[in-house]
Amino acid sequence: MSARDEVLARVRAALSGDGKAGAAAPSAAQPARTYRTASEHAPGSATALEILVDRLEDYKAHVHRASGDDEVARVVGDLLADARSVVVPPRLPAGWTDALGAGTVVVQDSREDPRSALELDEVDAVVTAARVAIADTGTIVLDGEPDQGRRAISLVPDLHVCVVRAEQVVHTVPEGVRLLAAYPGRPQTWISGPSATSDIELSRVEGVHGPRTLHVVLVG
Amino acid sequence: MSTFLGLPRRRTVPDDAAPFGDVPHPDDPLRWGETFPDAARAALANTQLRTNLGHATSTIRAKRALVVDEVPDWEALRDAGSAIKTDVMARLPELLTELERNVTARGGVVHWARDADEANRIVADLVKATGETEVVKVKSMATQEIGLNEALAAEGIAAVETDLAELIVQLADDMPSHILVPAIHRNRAEIREIFLQRMGDVPADLTDAPRELAMAARAHLRRKFLSAKVAISGANFGVVDTGTLAVVESEGNGRMCLTLPETLITVMGIEKLVPTYADLEVFLQLLPRSSTGERMNPYTSLWTGVTPGDGPQAFHLVLLDNGRTDVLADEVGRAALHCIRCSACLNVCPVYERVGGHAYGSVYPGPIGAILTPQLTKSSAGGGGRHDDPNSALPYASTLCGACYDVCPVKIDIPSILVELRAREVDADREGRPTGWGAAMKAASFVMRDERRFELAEKAAVLGRLAGGRDGRVSRLPFPGSRWTSSRDLPVPARQSFRSWWAEDHDGPTHNEPPHDGPPHDEDDAR
Repeated sequence: MSARDEVLARVRAALSGDGKAGAAAPSAAQPARTYRTASEHAPGSATALEILVDRLEDYKAHVHRASGDDEVARVVGDLLADARSVVVPPRLPAGWTDALGAGTVVVQDSREDPRSALELDEVDAVVTAARVAIADTGTIVLDGEPDQGRRAISLVPDLHVCVVRAEQVVHTVPEGVRLLAAYPGRPQTWISGPSATSDIELSRVEGVHGPRTLHVVLVG
Repeated sequence: MSTFLGLPRRRTVPDDAAPFGDVPHPDDPLRWGETFPDAARAALANTQLRTNLGHATSTIRAKRALVVDEVPDWEALRDAGSAIKTDVMARLPELLTELERNVTARGGVVHWARDADEANRIVADLVKATGETEVVKVKSMATQEIGLNEALAAEGIAAVETDLAELIVQLADDMPSHILVPAIHRNRAEIREIFLQRMGDVPADLTDAPRELAMAARAHLRRKFLSAKVAISGANFGVVDTGTLAVVESEGNGRMCLTLPETLITVMGIEKLVPTYADLEVFLQLLPRSSTGERMNPYTSLWTGVTPGDGPQAFHLVLLDNGRTDVLADEVGRAALHCIRCSACLNVCPVYERVGGHAYGSVYPGPIGAILTPQLTKSSAGGGGRHDDPNSALPYASTLCGACYDVCPVKIDIPSILVELRAREVDADREGRPTGWGAAMKAASFVMRDERRFELAEKAAVLGRLAGGRDGRVSRLPFPGSRWTSSRDLPVPARQSFRSWWAEDHDGPTHNEPPHDGPPHDEDDAR
């Protein structure tokens, strides 16, 4: 018998009641979902944004507000004033990198023309959009679409500037998951603050292998 | 202290280097060292260990309590988590085949492993096929459980642990002592010492500041991440209806391993399924708050098969049984398979906090380990739950205080399962042979069936006062009574039995007035 068939046969036997403890099959009742799946705070509402900012800052992300795309460019320019290079996804909204200084090289990356990990290691920063942000947990989700790029570009550079539009901000985790469920097959990265570790005496230390600095620019 | 009895095998460091720990890698990651009572006694004498654990567990308990209190529907989430896992177990055969179908449809390759050896063989062959001799690893309990690193080393493949705590354990040639923070038994000064002696490329002026230690690990692993061709991971969740896998982490080492290499091999227990993508909305709320006490862990990666142009272009999923179907066959014990490995039960356990993880002799320590380990190993060599199986002592590693049940995010009733497993161990031990306890009960039954025999026995018992000390306690009896008095005292029998006092004080059995006073009070009997 193949390993597959044998494991499946063992699972069926275990559930049939022929098991060693004379077990009956557990019930297969539809799980009750009485937890919150919606929120009184609408996506993009002032309260949702306020909670998101509070949570992001609590986990040592830096938050900046911008009223529109022009202001995004100005904020990005300021944040990357000292960066020698910045990698961008293939379809970052036009204008976001317009205010970069002359000394900052813009590196293009795409699935069709990817930079290697070693090349990305030479890049100082990355600018991406996001798919959705979850206020309750201070989480930003990237799903690899062309305005966010390959997973590697938001991982290897040490500084990540992530631009989130107000209407992308939902209050609860279930609201976020239900938006993401439209395209579950996309590679997702959920980001809640810069990389961190609690492995030494369970004290949290920010900044390990992922970007050590996370800037979130909230638009609108 | 020595908590190791077996032969060390396949060390991951040169043999001339003295290990930092006193727990070299054992042959069986689920059964090593002395039995729990002996190992616990030794661990309790280690004051450094108790200080480290007391500090770490009290820190994490406070953090968890804070973020759990923030969630107004926490109990509803626990109920949903528990119900979803019950449903998964009930439909496991169809869910496993559906997951296989969906992973395969997205370009992944699914393998099945009956046991640890088969899983190790599959992974070793997959790595060899790439021609690589070094792989990077994401922290994974499944690969700890099967001893994958040692098996790969025997095939000439170096597995580099990239989680900070796993790296500390690996560099020290130690064993993990906690599900989430395997190096919880080490303090910052010990970690600095391990890095200085074992890391090779560490700055000589390294201090014991946690930030500096974390930066040393970052520098040490950076090149390995950027050049690795093969990565090995576990999985926190396997989503059946989409074929999506999830890894929840903090440092970014997981993202490095899951994103940069060309080949990704994931080893996952068959119980780690969730039926639908939407179920993640439950578990991604329960897990981070329960484990690291964070609202959300810094990074969660979700991937579905292979995404052309983004991430590893070869993906293998190894589905592991290794005793899980034995657990599933047990109507009571199968709830242990609901575990999402958050480790909250370890952090609140008064026993774990004092003895640490190594005393459990398994990569799964603490309350969950006490119910999971003996069940996973009951069919393996030396198993069976009998008294001579060292793992049969694990269900006794608890005060049954119930704190583990209170914090479990999927509501596993660990105390009830512990009691059930204790009863099984007693039953398995008896196996029809008379035991001291059984013989004593039979004798008591013979005596108590007959009034005259009982009266005689009472008179004889009063003579037992002669064995008592000045404190009114019997502390040492000859065999077979010594089997009782070796572990606890026996109060001396009363000067007068209740029956004889009643007969003296009352005229006859029909007398029905309430007694005007109690039995003769005796200072010796006060307790």
